[in-house]
Amino acid sequence: MSLADGVRGDLKLTGLHKRYPNGFVAVQSLDLVIPQGSFFALLGPSGCGKTTTLRMVAGLEDVTKGSIHIGEQDITTAKPYKRPVNTVFQNYALFPHLTIAENVAFGPKRRGVKDPKGSVKEILALTELTEQANKKPAQLSGGQQQRVALARALINRPDVLLLDEPLGALDLKLRRAMQIELKRIQEEVGLTFVHVTHDQEEAMTMADTVAVMNEGRIEQLGAPYELYTNPHTTFVANFLGRTNLIKGTVLGREGSGADEVVKVDMHGTVASIKASRVHTDAKEGWVGIRPEKVLIQPEGQAIDAPGAALSGAVVVDVSYIGVSTDYVLRMPWGQEITCFEQNTGRRGGLIPVGTKVDVSWRPEFAFLLDSAQDAEAGIVEED
Amino acid sequence: MASLQRVFGKNSAYWLIGPAAVWLAIFFLFPMLSLLTTSLSDPAGSPIYGYDLTWRLQNYFEAISDYWPYMVRSLIYAGIATLLCLVLGYVLAYAIAFKAGRWKNVMLVLVIAPFFTSFLVRTLSWKLILADNGWLVESLQWLHILGEDGRLLATPFAVVMGLTYNFLPFMILPLYTSLEKIDPRLNEAAADLYSSPWQRFTKVIWPLSIPGVVGGTLLTFIPASGDYINSDLLGNPNTQMVGNKIQTLFTDASDYPHAAALSVILMVLIVGMVLFYVRRAGTEDLL
Repeated sequence: MSLADGVRGDLKLTGLHKRYPNGFVAVQSLDLVIPQGSFFALLGPSGCGKTTTLRMVAGLEDVTKGSIHIGEQDITTAKPYKRPVNTVFQNYALFPHLTIAENVAFGPKRRGVKDPKGSVKEILALTELTEQANKKPAQLSGGQQQRVALARALINRPDVLLLDEPLGALDLKLRRAMQIELKRIQEEVGLTFVHVTHDQEEAMTMADTVAVMNEGRIEQLGAPYELYTNPHTTFVANFLGRTNLIKGTVLGREGSGADEVVKVDMHGTVASIKASRVHTDAKEGWVGIRPEKVLIQPEGQAIDAPGAALSGAVVVDVSYIGVSTDYVLRMPWGQEITCFEQNTGRRGGLIPVGTKVDVSWRPEFAFLLDSAQDAEAGIVEED
Repeated sequence: MASLQRVFGKNSAYWLIGPAAVWLAIFFLFPMLSLLTTSLSDPAGSPIYGYDLTWRLQNYFEAISDYWPYMVRSLIYAGIATLLCLVLGYVLAYAIAFKAGRWKNVMLVLVIAPFFTSFLVRTLSWKLILADNGWLVESLQWLHILGEDGRLLATPFAVVMGLTYNFLPFMILPLYTSLEKIDPRLNEAAADLYSSPWQRFTKVIWPLSIPGVVGGTLLTFIPASGDYINSDLLGNPNTQMVGNKIQTLFTDASDYPHAAALSVILMVLIVGMVLFYVRRAGTEDLL
């Protein structure tokens, strides 16, 4: 079944700006094109402007400057009830006095759709709510309510479906199940989904394209793989997963084209970073490497990586997690870095605390960031 | 609950109900019985020597045939006043619940502020406002809204205004309580689902405020239909309500049996109407 019939078009935000009466600027000159039919995620910490952006698209918040288009149609100042856009609200906002079927039929009825019963049935089947049709929202579980909110929006076949932290109120297990469910439904109906979330794993597993937002701006936009493996800022590097940032001095460039590399001196050891992964022109930079890309071996043993290894590190903490082991290593210059090692069994045990180790990685995984940026930016407490 | 059981034993529920039950027995049930027996007594007696209980049902028929116009007038006045209260009160309660922001509490205090002065004094002050030589009547005459010798005081209009004024807070408070509980995001969700502001009101806000509407209209209509102060102070002999009649039967005519019969009729009538009303509202709109 495809709900996306006819030509609709991309959602285009141009110079979108939001300033609240109290002076707080929530969104700063945002330019964004969300292709029709894509699953797009706006990812960022609370207060980054992602929800404000969503509410401006829905028409629930006035636009201070800039414009919003769907295809050729300018909807910047259109009333919310005149926009081809529907929202799945954070806490669902289901109408408590109506049954599930009535909640779902609410939109079609207001639009004067004759006899919406057929489509209500169809959408309830799609969201596996047929059994619940005559119940009131209060009688449903959180996961079911979430699906009602989705069905109530989907039935209108909006050009763009906005999801505001739709899974935030669910427990972890249900959240994982709903992520897969949402993705399946999106693929089935083929509508444009714009998903707002602060959960990086949620954004990465579901969306085709993720925009990482921070302080009202987009820090970086791209496919989840691209964002994770080649972050452009320390904020993105820290907000998406974890990262080790080691101070380095740029020595110069070598090679050309796709093979061009930048040589960086990290406390005496020289690393080569692909030019496409270098995001600073300065003399200084942060060499970034994800913990699972860090390879370690007890001093003197061979490491499965070309080039020089950093020597003189000491294991200061070992956390055995079963599937993997986290090592915290103290480098000779005092910094602590993290290494996640898969327990493939090849090591035949753990490296004990106090062991001197050599540290290295495959050069294609490292990236170089602007040293002017805060190395702690975007670090979130684990919940 | 566990500690209460230790103090009062297993029957703690009875202990908790006890005081109120005794109170009601003395001050509600007993007067009720007295009212019923008086209503069936021979009117030939007197308040001093008492009335003989002769099971005289005739009192009821006489009360109805003699005083039904007052009954009808009471229900009409109370009905109009309740409707006016609902319109005025709903707008204000809505504003306090959704638009008042930090002024919410101040506005609620202002709503109940009139209760700090006596009901009687407040109604008397309306007498001054509506007086024939008062500024209001003279302004209206000057604007030719009222005729040369037109007046407000001692008219049905004044009585209904008085009722509306006096019972308005009883409408506002339950409405506010109901409206305040409505999640403002439901309004946003309705807007998102193609509802114009008017549809948002009729399809979401109004149905969810029905408990407040029912509560408010009952708290307004019931006392208003039994009221006699407003008619007494602001009306004329032709605006007399059933409350005035009951009062004069008791105090002036000393005809306790007919007064009691009239009271019982009014009570039964109101209880009947309330039951019908609550059931209708309940089955159609309430959760």
